[in-house]
Parts: sequence; structure tokens; C-alpha cells
Amino acid sequence: MELFKEDKIYNFLGKGKIFFVASFVLFFLAIGLIATKGFSFGIDFTGGTVVQVKYTDVAPISKIREHLAKNKLFEHSSVTEFGSPQEIIIKTAASTDGLSKDIGDTAKEVLKGTGDFEIRRVDMVGPKVGDELRTKGLTAFLLTLMAIMAMVTFRYEWRFALAAVIAIVHDIVITFGFVSYFEIDFNIESVAALLMILGYSIHDTIIVYDRIREHIQESKNTDFVMIVNEAVSRTQSRTTLTSLTVFFVVLTLFIFGGDIMIGFSFPMLIGVIVGTYSSIFVAAQLVVWTGFSVAGYRQNMAEKAKNAAEREKMRAQYEQGIV
Amino acid sequence: MKLNYRVVLLIFATIFGLVFSLPSLTQSQSGAKVTLGLDLQGGLHMLLGVKTEEALTSQLKSIASGVKHFTEHNDILLDGLSASNDVVTFELLDEDDAVVMDEYLKKVEGTVVHSAKGQYSLAMTPAAIEKLKVQSVDQAIETIRNRLDQFGLSEPTVAKQGVDKILVELPGIKTPQEEQRARELISRAAKLEMMAIDEDRAMRANEMTEMEAVGFEDKLLEDALEPKTKHLVHEIAILDGTMLTDAQVGYDQNNRPVINFSLNSEGAQIFGDFTGKNVGKRLAIVLDGKVYSAPVINERIGGGSGQISGNYTTEEANDLSIALRSGALLAPIYMMEKRSVGPSLGADSIRASLLALISGFVLVIIFMMFYYGLAGVIANLAVVINLFIILAMMSLLGATLTLPGMAGIVLHIGLAVDANIIINERVREQLRLGSSTANAIKEGYAKAMRAILDSNVTQIIACTILYIYGTGAVKGFAVTLSMGILASMLTAIVGTYGIYQLFMDRIEKNKNYALWFGMTRKGK
Repeated sequence: MELFKEDKIYNFLGKGKIFFVASFVLFFLAIGLIATKGFSFGIDFTGGTVVQVKYTDVAPISKIREHLAKNKLFEHSSVTEFGSPQEIIIKTAASTDGLSKDIGDTAKEVLKGTGDFEIRRVDMVGPKVGDELRTKGLTAFLLTLMAIMAMVTFRYEWRFALAAVIAIVHDIVITFGFVSYFEIDFNIESVAALLMILGYSIHDTIIVYDRIREHIQESKNTDFVMIVNEAVSRTQSRTTLTSLTVFFVVLTLFIFGGDIMIGFSFPMLIGVIVGTYSSIFVAAQLVVWTGFSVAGYRQNMAEKAKNAAEREKMRAQYEQGIV
Repeated sequence: MKLNYRVVLLIFATIFGLVFSLPSLTQSQSGAKVTLGLDLQGGLHMLLGVKTEEALTSQLKSIASGVKHFTEHNDILLDGLSASNDVVTFELLDEDDAVVMDEYLKKVEGTVVHSAKGQYSLAMTPAAIEKLKVQSVDQAIETIRNRLDQFGLSEPTVAKQGVDKILVELPGIKTPQEEQRARELISRAAKLEMMAIDEDRAMRANEMTEMEAVGFEDKLLEDALEPKTKHLVHEIAILDGTMLTDAQVGYDQNNRPVINFSLNSEGAQIFGDFTGKNVGKRLAIVLDGKVYSAPVINERIGGGSGQISGNYTTEEANDLSIALRSGALLAPIYMMEKRSVGPSLGADSIRASLLALISGFVLVIIFMMFYYGLAGVIANLAVVINLFIILAMMSLLGATLTLPGMAGIVLHIGLAVDANIIINERVREQLRLGSSTANAIKEGYAKAMRAILDSNVTQIIACTILYIYGTGAVKGFAVTLSMGILASMLTAIVGTYGIYQLFMDRIEKNKNYALWFGMTRKGK
């Protein structure tokens, strides 16, 4: 089967401005959402307690709320259905630091008389731990961006690196704009998703860049726009196919992974779509706008090759004892 | 058909994957296995903090205890011996004893002594304080590990995290009752002290305030059985649990469980001295700040053994004796983070992620076969081998498979075929340009290689950072993903190339591009 048979070259960059406007609007909408609405951070970051309870019958949510309101630790807790009508999640900002009787035990006492239930999970995070996680998460993200920047500069050029990093930030911001909009819990798994999207986005972008580099080296063409259009067109089938397989895999994770994985699967789902879009329409376009010159790049390469050849020659002479 | 080194490598990788993943798949007893994370098999995960500053306070009290015993033994008269938060102070009544006293104090390690006109103060040096803090964390880890080992739980993990945090993971916990018992056992200070009752003022114990008690160099302690009853004891203990050598569950004359303990020779000596001098007075047996019993001393007690009686069940007595045997915690611990997952939830999670894993896998396999024909089958073979290798590597490393780790594997399947998609697209491109099959494959691999390498190296860098800065479950995710990337370089790039080389003659001969590459070749 072939979806992309013709060697047609699409003029992706010709529509550059439209996509720029689209990206621009989405990006700032996302920033606005994150700034005003923010995330519903999970207890991993804020500290607090989550208790997951499964009843044998349908969970009596209003009765549970009544019972919880009587206890100090659960005064301001929220109760929501989780996956099925029998299962609920209780969330509170409170935590306890004693070992012999903890907030999980208290929950069990408080819920006595609400029906036949089993406490399936108690997650409690003290306030200090959350702080540490936040700084660690941010450090990991910034370090990774820097590492990518260095790697791409080393293998390609700094303009490519800059464009790649902007594309990554674009993908992540828009994805997490959606996370904010749909009020998906932001927890430690979401950080994993964030780094995964980062990896996926750079992967897609590098595949396109590799083609651009190849065309620069192999063709005589000096029109960078044409080279980019050709490179993006040629990688089109691969980008679409891979994105589709990854998308479907993430979709199964989203559908079957259940509520417990949603902090991971939802951002991944959005991230794959945005990441694919940006590697086609944003990453390459940005390199053009940074003022990359094909002639300049070729000259640089030629100079490097010349230098290498010269060193080689000197070494050869040295070894033969001429110098 | 000619064997080439790439195929041989692939065969070795396959054998490696199969052999070492077998113990995990069959859950056999022997061989290295992948352990399931607590989120999948259920259990208790705790991050504990250590209140190191309290270790300092009790260290000073212990020094004061030593001073008290030394001076009593040598008939030196002291006044106002007390231990505050950071200093031990007392007054030496007879200046003639100063030489002996100074000699003794010099031997107390890690302290600075100030003395002027018989007024003494002892403080710990900053170095000693630092050492004590480190020691109290290490000791807590050692003690908790000891207690859990004796408790008989399967595969407990007790590890230091950062400078002053302790990670405890107990996969064996199945019920909330078990969890509670384990938590109590871990957190129990198990500080045993023998303290003298202040007989002169004992009558007024129930009316006295804490402040008044301090004024008499005394301390008010609760009764363990009747919390309303107070006991007035001398502030400095006669001896403490550090001199304990053994504690066992026994039964008293009414067949109730008690704990029998014995002291080492130094403890026995102090105990003997004290009981000999204080016949007719009462001795309080204090555990974790509560008085368990206060029997009247009838005669000098040698031999250094005693008994703690409370209203214990056999189970409680058993846990307490474990705690006493493993020693007291130098500093109290507190809970910073706790995650407990019931076994039924773990089973649900496994089911959900397996469903996602299998359906994602089937989807990809069908798609690849449909789209690329035999080239897709070859790619699929590489993905299957890849999965076995990931499992084998994880088994060998004793890695833990967590829920995010499962997600990492699911996602990896999607990405693993990407290498083959890139390669196949390149090969098709070359074929369209009119290359011979052998050339198309050679060129296709060479060109795809550069992009794949660039990308994989970048991804592995990202995984490494994730591993360094991630915690728990996220670490697992980074491990599975980077192993997957490494394995796919071997199977998807080297391995599949080898298979093409193996069948090269046949592909060249029958020229059936639809069958081999799922494409039609125009005009040739």
C-alpha cells in the first residue's frame, strides 16, 4: 500500500504566514489560559492526600460529603466519581506526619456508616516533598532543553537549534494549554508526558532537519525555501505514518489506561498532534526566518573540510618526517 | 542464502531476550526477574523524615545520666544537674573533687567543657553534632531494616534518600491492618528507661504542674494503662535501653504476655548498685515516655534482668520485643510521603495497561504488515524481539516495572517501528529512482541511519536527565524507554538489514515489489 506515491513537492512555506498566525494565536491563548486558569495540580506538587475508595454498591456521594465535613482533616475535601459509579476519589489539602495513625486511618473511621467499602489507595504527600518535586521538574526540563540545544548545534547549526527549541516550547505550551482547559490533573506522570513530548517533538524535527541538511549538501540549489519545501515534502509520508501509529498507540492508552493514567495519556494525545504539526509547519519555517543562508553554510562546510584536509596533510608530512 | 554477521547478531539478541525474559514471563522461582512496582502489585511506600535535632537532646540526657552515675559511684556531691536543649550543667559542691571530675569529663567524647568556680557546663562540638545527625539517620535506617526483617515481610526496601530522608517500600502489605502494624513497628521509638520515683514528693504527683516538677529536677510521666495517673520521677534516668542485650516475650503468673529483658554487664552493674542503695523505694520502668510499672525494690537486684508488663496481646508484645531488640531510634521519624495501593487496585492497573499494551501492539503490527508487505513483517519481527530484549535487560538489572514504565513500553512500540518506517520510506524512494534492490536497500539504510542516530542520541540524553531528576515511578519510565531505544538500534537497524541481506538473491530474482515492499514500481 502506498499513501504517498507521487514525488510531488508541496509549497509548505508558501502558506507560512497562515500557520504562523495559527500557532501564534494558539500559543498565546494557551499562555493566557495557564496564567489565568492555571493547572489543577495533583498532590505530588501541592502536598495533600488522595483516598480512593470502592463501594460494593453505588457510592453515596452526598452522604460521604456529610461524613467528611465533620472531620477537620477532610473539612475542605472534594469527592468525585472515579472510573465507575462505585468508585470515588477524596482529595484534601491536609496531610499528617505521624506514623502510628495517619490520614488514611482517619478516612476509614470517618467513612464508617456510609456503606460497604474498601480503601484501595491512599496517597499522602507532605508539603516539603511537593516543593522539591516542582524545582526538580523544572530543572530537568531546562537542562533537557539546553542539552538538545547543544546537540543540535553540534550536529547542524545554531539557527536550527534555536528553531528546534522554539518549536518544542511551542508544542509543550499548547499541549499544556489543553491540559489547563480540560482541568486534567497535573501530576508526576504529566511531567513524564511533558518530557516524552519533548523527546517526540525533537525526534520529528530532527528527521526533517536531516533531510534539509542532506539536500543542502547534495543539490546545487541555493534557494533555501525550495530546499526546505522539498525536504518537508519528502519526509511527509514518514511523518504521517509514524504520527498515526504513535497516535493510535497513545489513543489505546487513553481509552484503556483509565482515569489513573489520564495525567499521562491526555497530554501525550494532544502532544503527538501538536508535535507533528509543528515539525511540518513550524520548525523548518523558523529556520528560514532566522536568516539561514545556504551559501554561507556550504562555505562553512567547505572551510571545515579544507581545514581537516590541511591537518591531514600536515600529519602525513610529519609522519613522513618532512617537517 | 548466506548467513551474515548482522543476522547472527540478531539471532544472538533473540536468544538473549528469550532466555532472560523467560523467568519473568513464567514467574519461575529461580533466575533474575522483573519486579512489579508497588503501583502494580499493591503495597506500602513511605518517605520518612528524621527529626535529627531530637537526637541531640537525648544524647545530652544520656551524657547527664553518665555524669550522675559516675559521681554517685565515687561519692562526689553535685547540685543542679540538668540537661537542656544544647547544654548539660551542674555545680560541683566540693572543689577537691575537681581533678577526678575533669579527668572523667575529658573522656566524654565530642564535648567542650567550661568550668568556673565549680560551675560546669558541657556542650557538644559542632563536628560532633554533625556526626550525630548523620549517625541518627543511618541508625534509623539500620533499625527500621532490622525490625522489618524480624517482622517477616517479603522483600522490604529501606534506603537513604538525599541527606536525611528514608525510603521504605513494603510490597508484602495486603490489608490496612497489616499496614497499621508495620507503621507502628517502624515508628516506635522503643526507648526504654529505668527511672527513680521521687519518693519525697510522689504523693503530690497528680496535682503538680510540669513547671513545678522541673523545679525539683523531676519529670511528670503518664501511666501507660491509666493516662490520668501521673508519676513523678527524677529527671535523669538511671539507665537506658542502649544497655539492653535481649528482649523476649514471656508470660506472667496470670498467663498474660510480658516482655523479659536482660542488660549487659555495665547495665547490670548500674542496676545492681541502684537497687542495693534504694531498697524500699520504687523504680519506674519507662517505655517511650510512659510508665509501664513502678515496683517497690525489695532487695538488691543483680543479674541485670527485668520485665515489662502491660495489657498486651501476644501480637503487640511480639512487635514490642522486636522493637526493643533492634534498639531505640536515636531520633524520632515522621511521615513525609505515603502511597499505599491495595492489591485489587494493582490487579486492575495491570489489566488496564496490559489491554493498552496488547491492543496498541496489535494495531501497529497489522498496520505495518498491511502497508509494507513483507518489509512490514520484518519490522514487526524486530519489534517483537525488541520487547523480549527490554524485558530481559530489565530482569537482569533487577529493575522495577511500574505503571508509567508500562506506559513507556506501550509508547515505545509506536516509536520503535518509526526506525523501520524511515528506512522503508527511504528504500521505496531509491527504488522509485530506479536503483537495483540491493542498492536501494544499502542506500536506504545508510541515509536513514544518520537521522535515526541523531534523534536517538538526543532522546537518550533526555532520558538520562529524566532519570537523574525524576523520582520513583518516573525513573522507571526513563529506564524502560532508554533500554527500548538501545534495543531498537540493534533489532530495527542492524537486525532487519541482516534479514534483507539473507534474502537478497530471492528479492532480486522475483522482483515482486508489491509483496516485499508493498509498492508498485512504475514503468520498469
